[in-house]
Amino acid sequence: MDLTSLSIDAARSAVQERKTTALALAEAHYARIQKEDGQIGAFLTLSKDRALEQADRIDRMAAEGKQLPPLGGVPVGIKDVMSTRGVRTTAGSKILENYVPPYDCTAVARMEAAGAVVLGKMNCDEFAMGSSNENSAYHPVRNPRDLSRVPGGSSGGSAASVAADMAVVTLGSDTGGSIRQPASFCGVVGLMPTYGRVSRYGLIAFASSLDHIGPLAKTVKDAAIVLRTIAGRDAMDSTSAEVPVPDYVAELAKPVRGMKVGVAREYFGEGLDDEVRQAVELAIDQLRGLSCEIVPVSLPHTPYAIPTYYLIATAEASANLARYDGVRYTVRARGVKTLAEMYRRTRDEGFGAEVKRRIMLGTYALSAGYYDAYYLKAQKVRTLLTRDFDEAFQKVEAIVTPTSPTPAFRLGEKSNDPLAMYLADIYTVTADLAGIPGISIPCGKTKEKLPIGLQILGKHFDESTILRLAHAYEQAA
Amino acid sequence: MKVTDKDVAYVAELANLELTSEEHNGMLRDLNSILDYIDRLNELDTTDVPAMAQVSDRYGVDESKQGSERFAYANRKDVVEGLRKSLPHEVALANAPDANEDFFRVPKVIER
Repeated sequence: MDLTSLSIDAARSAVQERKTTALALAEAHYARIQKEDGQIGAFLTLSKDRALEQADRIDRMAAEGKQLPPLGGVPVGIKDVMSTRGVRTTAGSKILENYVPPYDCTAVARMEAAGAVVLGKMNCDEFAMGSSNENSAYHPVRNPRDLSRVPGGSSGGSAASVAADMAVVTLGSDTGGSIRQPASFCGVVGLMPTYGRVSRYGLIAFASSLDHIGPLAKTVKDAAIVLRTIAGRDAMDSTSAEVPVPDYVAELAKPVRGMKVGVAREYFGEGLDDEVRQAVELAIDQLRGLSCEIVPVSLPHTPYAIPTYYLIATAEASANLARYDGVRYTVRARGVKTLAEMYRRTRDEGFGAEVKRRIMLGTYALSAGYYDAYYLKAQKVRTLLTRDFDEAFQKVEAIVTPTSPTPAFRLGEKSNDPLAMYLADIYTVTADLAGIPGISIPCGKTKEKLPIGLQILGKHFDESTILRLAHAYEQAA
Repeated sequence: MKVTDKDVAYVAELANLELTSEEHNGMLRDLNSILDYIDRLNELDTTDVPAMAQVSDRYGVDESKQGSERFAYANRKDVVEGLRKSLPHEVALANAPDANEDFFRVPKVIER
């Protein structure tokens, strides 16, 4: 049995039936990390003690003949923006290089309570700001499908590790596309749940009205199992919604025949790579073949999504990142004489170029004289973008689009042009702004064997429908 | 150009960032390029459009209530040691670059 290519159910069953052990599963994954990750760079920190302790607990349960929980013994990775008690958590930043959180992120705690074995912390763009993982303060991540290319970002390590069989599933975070775009680039499944579906307690904040936690997985079913595990109200996060959690796995079995699926021409315009267009159009034909009804819809404000996003996200980030000032979080510039100097020098030394750029843009957009023209304007356009989806979802149950306008680009290709990098998120930021769920699933490859992603967007709190459609497509394709 | 040298210096001060002259010049170029692109928002008339700060006031709330009452589910009692026990001092201070037993320590705030 190849221990590093198992689904969640296969891994759990193998441990339950004593065909292998959680310890052997963890060790097989660590061996693969040892062999592969030197060139990929997906992990920032390994949490071996914690993993082996949990594996031992699961193995004892299995030995005693107890029923294992849904993720019993399953090796997972956690994006390094989620706090892990006693395990260094850097957010990909030098300013948190030695930070060891005193508590666990709720999503991580729920994964472990469901039996998951946390192998370590995944590399990402600094404070989740980036679309290529090149903004990590430690090292970039390379795409396992082609090492000369980026894995996408910001959850690049989370996507690459699943693609390279170094973890069964991982948790990522998505503020403008940071789960779906890397999933698309690496050829794995990435799910961003509805805003409020999953608690963000313990997630290092980037943009609080846009941040989401969700899974990256090898199959749609694995993503559904993880969502079922981490979803639901958490008293520690007042933005987590009081909405019942369905059994997403059971929902996968329902038919998709007759489902009304929208296609918006705004997602097929200028800038879309020809091979991506062809693959997505072929996928739409396949959905038609599954007896879905394809319905044209219009999302007319889509061209305004990127400017809206980069004002709101940076404004919120400029406030959230004010806390890194040299007082509480491990790093302080040396030789400073005054408090003001300590703040400025610590932040100058601790933050990378992209983080500074976003703090500057956000501070500018919120500053006196510019607030109405930029921040308030963006909040109004956010309403228009959300209304677009409200109207479209009167007619359809799901909307399919490309996840990203291009396949994975080369390292260095866009790193000197911030605007070009921002445009990599053009099809994903809309869902973050409207708070609706979205999933990216593989839909073929380019001639150069680079993965292409199909994005399926759904109504608020209707992850069941997009998972069901994604599962049906995955089974048929 | 929308953003001037003076603006960059002013915003850096607001944001508590110390920029080298190289960083300053890069910032001037990048902010202007991004803001030029952002200008396309002015094509839209938003006079009568309400601003949207977040999405969670639309879903999962008590529809029959008004204002903050809609989020009654998120209320909690204002008590010491409520949802989670407070962290002990030594744990809360463990990540501080400089602290004594009870407090974070920082350079002198008031200059004489």
